[in-house]
Amino acid sequence: MKLPPVDYEAPKTVSEAVELLAEHQDEASVLAGGQSLIPLLALRLAHPAVLIDINGIDELSGVSATDGWVAIGAMTREYVAEESATIADAVPLLAAALPLIGHEAIRSRGTVGGSLAHADPAAELPAVARALDAEFVVRGPSGERVIPAAEWFEGFLTTSRRPDELLTEVRFPVAGRGMGISFQEVARRHGDFAIVGLAASLTLSGGAISDARLAFAGLSDVPVRAGDAEDLLVGERPSAELFDEAARRATDDSDPPADLHGSADYRKQVAAALVRRALRAAADNADERR
Amino acid sequence: MVDITLRVNGAACTGSPEARKTLADFLRDDLNLTGTHLGCEHGVCGACTVIVDGRAVRSCLMLAVQAAGSEVTTIEGLAPDGGLGTLQEAMWDTHSFQCGFCTPGMVMQAVAFLSDHPDAGEQQVREALSGNICRCTGYQSIVDGVLLAAERNRAR
Repeated sequence: MKLPPVDYEAPKTVSEAVELLAEHQDEASVLAGGQSLIPLLALRLAHPAVLIDINGIDELSGVSATDGWVAIGAMTREYVAEESATIADAVPLLAAALPLIGHEAIRSRGTVGGSLAHADPAAELPAVARALDAEFVVRGPSGERVIPAAEWFEGFLTTSRRPDELLTEVRFPVAGRGMGISFQEVARRHGDFAIVGLAASLTLSGGAISDARLAFAGLSDVPVRAGDAEDLLVGERPSAELFDEAARRATDDSDPPADLHGSADYRKQVAAALVRRALRAAADNADERR
Repeated sequence: MVDITLRVNGAACTGSPEARKTLADFLRDDLNLTGTHLGCEHGVCGACTVIVDGRAVRSCLMLAVQAAGSEVTTIEGLAPDGGLGTLQEAMWDTHSFQCGFCTPGMVMQAVAFLSDHPDAGEQQVREALSGNICRCTGYQSIVDGVLLAAERNRAR
């Protein structure tokens, strides 16, 4: 369908955008890459009175590394992030997930901040942000706040960003020594939303696991960490038996959604298989990075 | 209405689309470039793919006003004077298309992909085209055409 009539603002600075958000509050939608918002408009699932197009705000794009963090401007396009040597080197889990987002033409326009602000629980980047404990920088009329990933995702397509705040930057911690990563997903076609996805990292030191992260996409209305399985892994040495048990703990209590792509039970089985696969892969490439 | 100026297929154009008008509708309705096809109108089928500033994009997922200042290439801009470009000719030779509805999107996606990946193999071509839906061919002949074009480009 054609888009409904809507007012349009194209601020040139973050301050202008924040002023517009303060004026229109939840009557406004922020238009970044538009790869999720424009379909929502076309399908009449979103009804903003005004679109605040942030594509003209140059200060929102760019990737920079400082003090153990990689900061990605909210308007940084996914293909730019995909081609970034800084991200490939310092945040390998993010680099592994980026090529799996949508299709090439989607990544041409789609943005890192847009995907994370849209907060689709089946999408790749929210799972990565949750696994790595990314930080979200938002700017509102009273200044800036930094929100940890654990508090960012509140529900289906819902974040803790207030209506008068703009997501300006997302920060990912630089991968430490001995960290291995794997992003796994099962989808019907390359580029489709995953039936289940998993962002995983393992850090090995002296042959034992010193840190483990497992965050699922598509298992709940938000990306979820498998805390029990992570606790099990830490302190142990990688083994097939250990990874089997981690897969059980990560999925036993899960209550995944069911739809025409898969039943809840099928999703659970896929999730367990992904845990085993991801942990094996992460343990292998952790060895390589030492 | 928002006044915009952009370049389409090498020529400067101006227009005053409503903010809600997609680039696809602007190309088709305002510039009469109906080679860009609209299938789903919400970013799933890939039929409306065009090239904006060197990148394949879905013109139904971009507002016309956002193309202000950009260089847009549509299927009409691929070869001058009614001729065929290398890719189009290769796809002709391999009988890539049947009904033709997905053709412009498929061709534009493949043109953008081959310019960045001249040495692409079959698996990469299939992945690159995975966002473009064809309901006739089963894709084999389309992939064959793209691979043949890549081969001919390399032989030059």
